[in-house]
Amino acid sequence: MTFGGVLLLLILLSSLVPGVLIFFVAEQRRRLRTVLNMSGAVIKLLLVVVLLEGVREGLFFQLSFNVLPGLAFVLHADALSILFIALSAVLWLVTTIYAIGYLENSPNRSRFFGFFSLCVFTTTGIALAGNLFTFLIFYELLTLATYPLVVHRGTAPSLRAGRQYLIYTLGGGVALLIGVVGLNLLAGSQPFTPGGYLGVLAGQHDTELKILFVLMILGFGVKSALVPLHGWLPQAMVAPAPVSALLHAVAVVKAGAFGIVRLVQDVFGTGLLIYLDLLLVVLLLASVTIVYGSLRALMQTDIKRRLAFSTVSQVSYITLGVTLAGPIGFIGGLAHLVHQGLMKITLFFCAGNFAETLGVHRIDQLNGIGRRMPWTMAAFTVGALGMIGLPPMAGFISKWYLAQGALEVGQQWVIGVLILSSLLNMMYFLPVLYRAWFKPPMEQWPQERLKTRWETHLSLLLPPLFTALLALLAGLLAGMSTSPLAWAELITLRNYAL
Amino acid sequence: MSTVAIYLLTGGLLFVIGLHGLIVRRSLLRKILALNIMDSGVFMVLLSLAARSDPPDPVPQAMVLTGIVVAVSATALALVLLVIAPSRYTDEHDPNA
Amino acid sequence: MDLSLHPHWAVWCIVVPLLASGLAVLVPRWGKTVGVVGALLTLLAVGGATLHLLAHGPQRIEIGGWGAPLGIQLQLTGPALMMLWMTALVSVPITLYACDYFVTRSQQLRFWPLWLLLWATMNMLYLSADLFNLYITLELISLVAVVLVALAGPKAIRAAIRYLLMNLLGSLCFLLAVALMYGAYGMLDIKMLAEQVEATPLTGLALALMSIGLLLKSALFPLHIWLPPAHAGAPAPVSAVLSALVVKASFYLMLLLWLTLYSSLVTHGLTTLIGVLGIGAILWGSVQALRAARLKQLVAYSTVAQLGYIGLAITLIDVAAWQPVLTFMIAHACAKGAMFLAAGNFQRAAGHDRMALISTALRALPVSVFAFALAGVSLIGLPPSGGFLAKWLLLSAALDSGRWLIALALVGSGLLTALYIFRVLERAMRPGANLQPVGRVSPLMEWSAFGLGLLAILLGFAGVGITQIVAEWPV
Repeated sequence: MTFGGVLLLLILLSSLVPGVLIFFVAEQRRRLRTVLNMSGAVIKLLLVVVLLEGVREGLFFQLSFNVLPGLAFVLHADALSILFIALSAVLWLVTTIYAIGYLENSPNRSRFFGFFSLCVFTTTGIALAGNLFTFLIFYELLTLATYPLVVHRGTAPSLRAGRQYLIYTLGGGVALLIGVVGLNLLAGSQPFTPGGYLGVLAGQHDTELKILFVLMILGFGVKSALVPLHGWLPQAMVAPAPVSALLHAVAVVKAGAFGIVRLVQDVFGTGLLIYLDLLLVVLLLASVTIVYGSLRALMQTDIKRRLAFSTVSQVSYITLGVTLAGPIGFIGGLAHLVHQGLMKITLFFCAGNFAETLGVHRIDQLNGIGRRMPWTMAAFTVGALGMIGLPPMAGFISKWYLAQGALEVGQQWVIGVLILSSLLNMMYFLPVLYRAWFKPPMEQWPQERLKTRWETHLSLLLPPLFTALLALLAGLLAGMSTSPLAWAELITLRNYAL
Repeated sequence: MSTVAIYLLTGGLLFVIGLHGLIVRRSLLRKILALNIMDSGVFMVLLSLAARSDPPDPVPQAMVLTGIVVAVSATALALVLLVIAPSRYTDEHDPNA
Repeated sequence: MDLSLHPHWAVWCIVVPLLASGLAVLVPRWGKTVGVVGALLTLLAVGGATLHLLAHGPQRIEIGGWGAPLGIQLQLTGPALMMLWMTALVSVPITLYACDYFVTRSQQLRFWPLWLLLWATMNMLYLSADLFNLYITLELISLVAVVLVALAGPKAIRAAIRYLLMNLLGSLCFLLAVALMYGAYGMLDIKMLAEQVEATPLTGLALALMSIGLLLKSALFPLHIWLPPAHAGAPAPVSAVLSALVVKASFYLMLLLWLTLYSSLVTHGLTTLIGVLGIGAILWGSVQALRAARLKQLVAYSTVAQLGYIGLAITLIDVAAWQPVLTFMIAHACAKGAMFLAAGNFQRAAGHDRMALISTALRALPVSVFAFALAGVSLIGLPPSGGFLAKWLLLSAALDSGRWLIALALVGSGLLTALYIFRVLERAMRPGANLQPVGRVSPLMEWSAFGLGLLAILLGFAGVGITQIVAEWPV
């Protein structure tokens, strides 16, 4: 095994091993569990940095073995993997800190943190998957690892949400499985290749290719919450806040979006998809999802549900960027993969803080909360303004590139979609900000739990501040060579061989 | 019709009669007896096959001998179970039997 | 010393458990020790047989130097070896589990000899090369299995009698078919017969009788009615053996006969019929599992559904042959064994297995819940697991030959399975009072269930090995 292969394996193990060990930690041994959690997260982050430097230098890391004759399990790290894996490694560390503060007094912590680590293990696997078969394995494992987190509380509503989550995701998994098997029969088990590897089949198996593509988009569409496959996401809001944060910002929806990127860029290739008349369909679907999600978000009164529908809308920017089929749009979509992750996790952390500290769940309870919890609310504001796309926030960068990309390929109407969505974003975020900062607070908060020196527990406060800072920097310093945007440009350069 | 054919047909007939009894009869004891009739039917088929040649073919005879041993053990087991079963399951007039 | 040179590993696979069984009768005090040592030695013998097959290819052994037609011959082929492995891999954890499961002296006295005898007869079936010998093994398996079911006490007697009657009927159908085959061709050896068989009405009748007899024993819908009471009513390790191993033996035999003896007679119509029955089994078994009021019933009905899956797989034997079916059988054996062992733990801890009240027991035994979950993953066919590997192979075969309906049934079955598996698993997440244990569940019982569940997952990585052995040394 090469050094590169070992590195990939270590990165996977860095979250698998702590996950498995944590299951055996007794409930009250808080310190041991924390040590395991944190060391896993930190080790992983360090390893990812090594990997990142290697990939930037142009090294290619790979590990593969055959599961069946002619069917390989492949891990590899290309520039696109790095984008996703770096995001998940950073956010895992932050979310772990947050979750320790959030959950340490509730029951079944070892189970929670065990599955939490497994969840990151599978996300990492998705990032490192080198072909569709491997991707499928981790994609399905992700469903299994997240289910116990969604139903963690075990109450009737959470079990119901869990059931719905399973029906959606396992159903999507089936569509994906058929697609992967079908492509494997048509073209063999091939690694992801920039520009796609199915181009040679054009003209021979058009019908089959179309059917398989649609099936796979359905499969990825469930997790990336493309309308009308988004129904599970708002339901899954019953989960504890760190889960919502992780699920919505990183793991599940991003896995779906990442799958679409791989499918369009590295399997079919945009050229073949244009030839098959399929790209426009997905582009339309993404546009509909963007507008529909925003409209539904506007109607919600529950903070987490509003954020959930906002996610439905925002994640489809990634799909939009990829299906525009031009390099600039692609940069926008990829950058948004990171930007949306940073902003949305901030928002969910803040929502969790409101709920955990003051028992605030609904938007009409937010009046004047900026005075009681200024730091949290500041972080929330950064996230919300970023989502709206106010310059120079990170969200603005994504939207700018997407609009440029739309012009580049002559799809001017997409700009209309972007503007409409931004207006809707304003309509559902600005009133919240106004309430929080300018309206007088209520006499008494619904359920004030924590009285600490800071506005809330430190391990709840620092994570959103840190991610808000990152979101801010990602926009302000977008020109730096280490920014997500720069990395997205690097991927695009390599993919489009410009 | 040759003797062998008569034996063959009788064997087949016994098999069918036993099968009928096994399906139709409710009493477990009768079901067990029905299975024994089926056994005899199969053995008869085997013996008539052996009788086709002169001297008779030893292989089917060996099979029947072994088969009888198996059938006796199976019947013994069934009867033991019948004896230790709670009585209402063995009652002929019980609709559950 | 080159172990692969020893010529009689295959015979040891039968003789070791048989001797151990006898020893357990003679010295009842040593039951557990004899059981565990016998199990490990049998595993060793299977390993030896594998070495022999890898080094020297398929093998025929004439016991006592007596050849056909009167002597008993054994044959070791790739598929037979896979079945030996399946039996051994599942049997070792079950043996360990049984050490702590049976608490009363009378149960221990009866269990060990019978269990080892059952193992020996199953191995004998896989290695037998002639039809009459196969009949004997089939009958022996049934008789021993019935007594094992009856170990559960008076409640299970009725299920045991039903089980016995159905199986005797199946054996008799098989025996009559053997007689007909001998009448038509004058021989019993499978390999020799396969060269002679012609598509005559008489052969057709024999095929029909054999298939009905074996399907009856394999409990393929609608011939399954005896299965749920017997499998749900037996003691947990016995349930595991019955569902994981015993039903597979007759399915394997049917497949063997179809692919060798009757390959010219097995038409598309016949396999389609089996496929339709398979779909019926999947639907019926899944619905019953979803409605089951008791956990062990749920698992037993799951077996009915999964046997339907084998039926579906049989529709693809013309394009996919042995490998997917064998992979599926092994994966299902591990998974179902783990499930019944885990269910036995919950039942032991709670004193019952009623679904409505089981969640306290589930919460108290997390390792068993994990065992159940791992097994469930494989049954649903989620990656990475043996069940997934089998599903992948079957789906490839179905799509490659353009049978979309079968492909849909294959994946649909997985979703139905998920519904009833998670019906159990979500009960583990419910908060509530702590369990007041009724019976003791030892760590060995928990971890042997877990080991089997893990095995079902790890099988997902053994695809290359299985392919090699089955493809290189077919029957």
